[in-house]
Amino acid sequence: MSTTTLLGALLPVVPLVAGLVGLLLPPAARGAATDRDTARRAAIALGVAGAAGALVLAVALLVTLDGPAESSATWIRFGELTVTLGVRLDGAAALVAVAVAAVALAVQVYSVGYLRRGPHDDVDVDHRYPPYAAQISLFTAAMLLVVVSGDLIMLLVGWEVMGICSYLLIAHDRWLPQAPAAAQKAFLVTRVGDVGFLLGIALLGVSAGSFRIADVLAHDHGTGTLTAAGLLLLAGVAGKSAQFPLHTWLPDAMAGPTPISALIHAATMVAAGVYVLTRLWPLFAATPTALAVLGVMASVTVLLGALAATAQDDIKRVLAWSTVSQLGYMTGALAVGSPPAALFHLLTHAAFKALLFLAAGVVIHAVGTAAMSRMGGLRHSMPVTFWCTLIGLGALAGVPPLSGFWSKEGVLAAAEGAALHGDGPAPAWVGWLVWLAGLVGVAVTAWYATRLLLRTFFGAPRTPLTHPHDPPALLRWPGLALAVPAALLGLAGFPGWFATQLQSTTPSDAEGVSDLMPPDGLIHLTPTVLLPLALLLLGAGLAWAGWRRDTAADPAVALGPLRPVFARAFRLDDVQQALVVRPTTALGKAARVADERVVDGAVTGTGHGAGALGGGLATLHRAALPRAVAAVLAGALLIALAAALIGVMS
Amino acid sequence: MSLGEFLLVAVLAVPAFGALAVAAIPRDLPARVAGTVAAALTLVAALALAVDRSGTWTAYSATPPAVRPWHALDVAWVPGLDLRFHLGVDGISWPLVVLTALLTLLCCGYTCWRVPAGGSGRALVALLLVVEVGILGTFLALDLVLFFLFFEVVLLPMYAIIVGWGGDGTDPAAVAARRRAARKFALYTLFGSVLLLVGVYVVVAAAGTADIVALTGGTGLSRGTQLAAFTLLAVAFAVKSPLWPLHSWLPDAHTQAPTVGSVLLAGVLLKMGTYGLIRVAVGVAPEGARWAAPVLGVLAVAAILIGSLVCLAQTELKRLIAYSSVGHMGFVLLGIATLTATGIQAALIGNVAHGIITGLLFFLAGAIKDRAHTGALRELSGLRETAPRLSGLLAFAAVASLGLPGLAGFWGEAFAVVAAVEVGGTLWITLAVLAALGGALTAAYLLRLLRQVTHGRPSAAVAGLKPGLAGAELAAWAPLVLLALAVGLAPTLVLGVAEAPVTALVEVLR
Repeated sequence: MSTTTLLGALLPVVPLVAGLVGLLLPPAARGAATDRDTARRAAIALGVAGAAGALVLAVALLVTLDGPAESSATWIRFGELTVTLGVRLDGAAALVAVAVAAVALAVQVYSVGYLRRGPHDDVDVDHRYPPYAAQISLFTAAMLLVVVSGDLIMLLVGWEVMGICSYLLIAHDRWLPQAPAAAQKAFLVTRVGDVGFLLGIALLGVSAGSFRIADVLAHDHGTGTLTAAGLLLLAGVAGKSAQFPLHTWLPDAMAGPTPISALIHAATMVAAGVYVLTRLWPLFAATPTALAVLGVMASVTVLLGALAATAQDDIKRVLAWSTVSQLGYMTGALAVGSPPAALFHLLTHAAFKALLFLAAGVVIHAVGTAAMSRMGGLRHSMPVTFWCTLIGLGALAGVPPLSGFWSKEGVLAAAEGAALHGDGPAPAWVGWLVWLAGLVGVAVTAWYATRLLLRTFFGAPRTPLTHPHDPPALLRWPGLALAVPAALLGLAGFPGWFATQLQSTTPSDAEGVSDLMPPDGLIHLTPTVLLPLALLLLGAGLAWAGWRRDTAADPAVALGPLRPVFARAFRLDDVQQALVVRPTTALGKAARVADERVVDGAVTGTGHGAGALGGGLATLHRAALPRAVAAVLAGALLIALAAALIGVMS
Repeated sequence: MSLGEFLLVAVLAVPAFGALAVAAIPRDLPARVAGTVAAALTLVAALALAVDRSGTWTAYSATPPAVRPWHALDVAWVPGLDLRFHLGVDGISWPLVVLTALLTLLCCGYTCWRVPAGGSGRALVALLLVVEVGILGTFLALDLVLFFLFFEVVLLPMYAIIVGWGGDGTDPAAVAARRRAARKFALYTLFGSVLLLVGVYVVVAAAGTADIVALTGGTGLSRGTQLAAFTLLAVAFAVKSPLWPLHSWLPDAHTQAPTVGSVLLAGVLLKMGTYGLIRVAVGVAPEGARWAAPVLGVLAVAAILIGSLVCLAQTELKRLIAYSSVGHMGFVLLGIATLTATGIQAALIGNVAHGIITGLLFFLAGAIKDRAHTGALRELSGLRETAPRLSGLLAFAAVASLGLPGLAGFWGEAFAVVAAVEVGGTLWITLAVLAALGGALTAAYLLRLLRQVTHGRPSAAVAGLKPGLAGAELAAWAPLVLLALAVGLAPTLVLGVAEAPVTALVEVLR
């Protein structure tokens, strides 16, 4: 094991240890949620140390990595199938690991300030801080495991542990009645997707005789197996990365504390699906069917997320739907055959979305509500937060030269190439679909980003009684630190070290690398870049014009009758409820009744029957004397007759 | 007598004499402690069985037998009837032997601290030890008749445990309910035993020997005999495992039994069925197994789906956990039904994992019911507010039970699905898909359980709970928690020893 692979192996171990130790800490005494509390202090130290340690390791890995590295040992053998324990490292893995660890560190630090009992709070917010911090550490460890894992089963471990950590963290807030339901929904929806994921892994593993990613990629699978496995894996990816139709859990997951939203939406959980697709890219590159399905899924997701974001009043829900939409861009980039573009957008999105959530958390803290209808005019009282949000929203909408502009441009360029020139493994119509959806998405994104900015920070304050102010250092610095990559990371896409890292691939999937991206950079400016810029101006301008007419009104009134439809995201939740949840519950009830009445009824019926039969026979035997005598005599007569007959016959 | 033979005898003799000693000691607490010491010594002996293991040498002979025990003890027992006292341990039985010894120790220790209402503590400990003798004997027997005898030893003491210490109170309805449950358990499994007896004598009469080592592989049995024998044996073991639709004794028995009884019932008693299926039914009648495998697979998947669906509609804590066993054992039986090395290994680790996790779940359910005096999910809520540690442990056990990768339950369930995919063909792929869907349903009902019991505002029954846990409780649960994690991270703890015997078994199945 070389130094590089050792670093890779240690990467998930450090936060894992921090998390496991943290779980053993006693929950702090109720109401004692102050900094003097030792359990809380220990939890903070463990959490921050775990994330910081992971960040140091990830940076060290990024620096020392000079090409793909792989190391593995047998974990367990099931018959002829080998499960290995190992790491598989390349530039993309190292960069994603850095992003994960950096966001996790920001979240850990931010949570210290966010989950503190303020002097005026009458509720104890965090006597369960130790398990909370430990669960974030476990979450980080699980995501890092997915990032470095060299084996599909090992990847599945991280994949599902992440799911359970998200479940625990979303349900953290005890005063929010919808939190437990949201947590349950998040886990179950992703778990339904994971049914496909497990089956896909099983197909690939059985076909290759090993679950090691290198073996799976190197093996020559049949076309049928590959298509089936690809589609099944997509189900899991759709669940984790919130792609239509398994996206329904993500907006509800807003019930979790805001730092958790930042963690889930930026670098972990939703990023895992996209990342795994790039990891297994050669398999997908060989299956146009799966890519076509992915392209449709991505296009629907881009538009669905963006349109739903236009009509939300809850600031976090706007951001949540924007995540759904942005994830669509990433999977769209994959559908048109450009993993580097997907990863580039994943990284910039991690930075600006984490920034946006942390800023939104500050706003919610200051105003005391997440409803934008009660905000407004915060620009003057919260200048730092305003600028952070501005950078984040600019990057989200794709304003040059902020990071999101460059990465989204990469996605659109790849789609354009696939549409106009037939580049990449996917059919041209997929390219057209993704490209058009992406362009429309740009305009809609600009519209809702502008709306969010205007509703929150401009105009007159709508809750005059509060006195919002910029946050204390613990809440401010994580945001400011994230603002730097959110603003500048896009420039790293120009030819150079970063671009090379992102495009470096392990040898076995060399033939799968798309030629859409020239190896010298992730950015190539062509005249068509004017198209998204024009759409950006159009979207932002429309929102601004609507707001100008009446600065107190919501620009969303312009949506007219569509507003409630968008606000409820095309009522897909109701569809899910009607088509899946209710039938399953009804089936459960029916199964219970059938099991008790029919299956068990047959058993108890047999018992009662035997009892009745015995009772009947007993009654027969309990005859009065005359009948008994008659019966005995009749029996004797019968026997005598039989004996006589037998005697005669023989 | 070699060390191995000594240990084999000790594993059975220590709890047997322990039970006698417990019964002989007149004072209650010392008797319970003595029983716990006997259980601890049994565990030591069981663990020591893995030291200095031989039995690989026969692999180099011309026709190696499919069962190669590490240690064996083979003495004449009733020469007139040609019965032999033949014990042995190998990689298939050893993990179950250790699990049995461990769970019995934990149950005895738990009883030292708390005796369920109904009877004297020392009688309960003595009965637990007798049950242990029966279960261990079943796992160690290498003679069919001896296997049958040990299989039966378990029945009556367990009946007595349910009737004597079970239930939720002393009112006549509760007494009648536990009597009914115990009677159903005894009669239903006795019905299975009758079939087992017939099956055993079909085999013994046809082959002229009852030696499992000699019989494994089905040599000397005609196809017709094998089909008949497998059908009889499989139905008998299906009752014990239990396999849907022969499961309906289980929910009542598990719900009515006292905590320690439920732990042993779910933890190891059910494993006698799956172990018997692997060692006896599949081993002795492989042709019959191949013939019946599709039926077994379909029923196993039906058990997974129906068990999970019924759990979704359950309203009582212990009953829900009891029904969850039907689903989990469905995965184990699916693994066996594939008749592949992957599937049988998955079944073995699934067995052990289910024993650990469901044992823990029953301990926790018992603790909750003891404290809140109710098991109705409707009346339980907000446990994490008043008893955060208990609630955290319940969450851990539930998460382990839903097969979270990284914890023990994952391997058996995931690889039963993988094994079904490995077999291939429309039927088995369909079964794999349905079983995987059953995995999602499992998550659904366990999360529903957690949501009702741990989240929300504390209900009246929960509001007054003390947050602390007793030392005895922690001592009984900590090994299970650690094992659930350890087996999840290092499945080789269980499968490391099982790989060779499973490979040997699968070879004779070909």
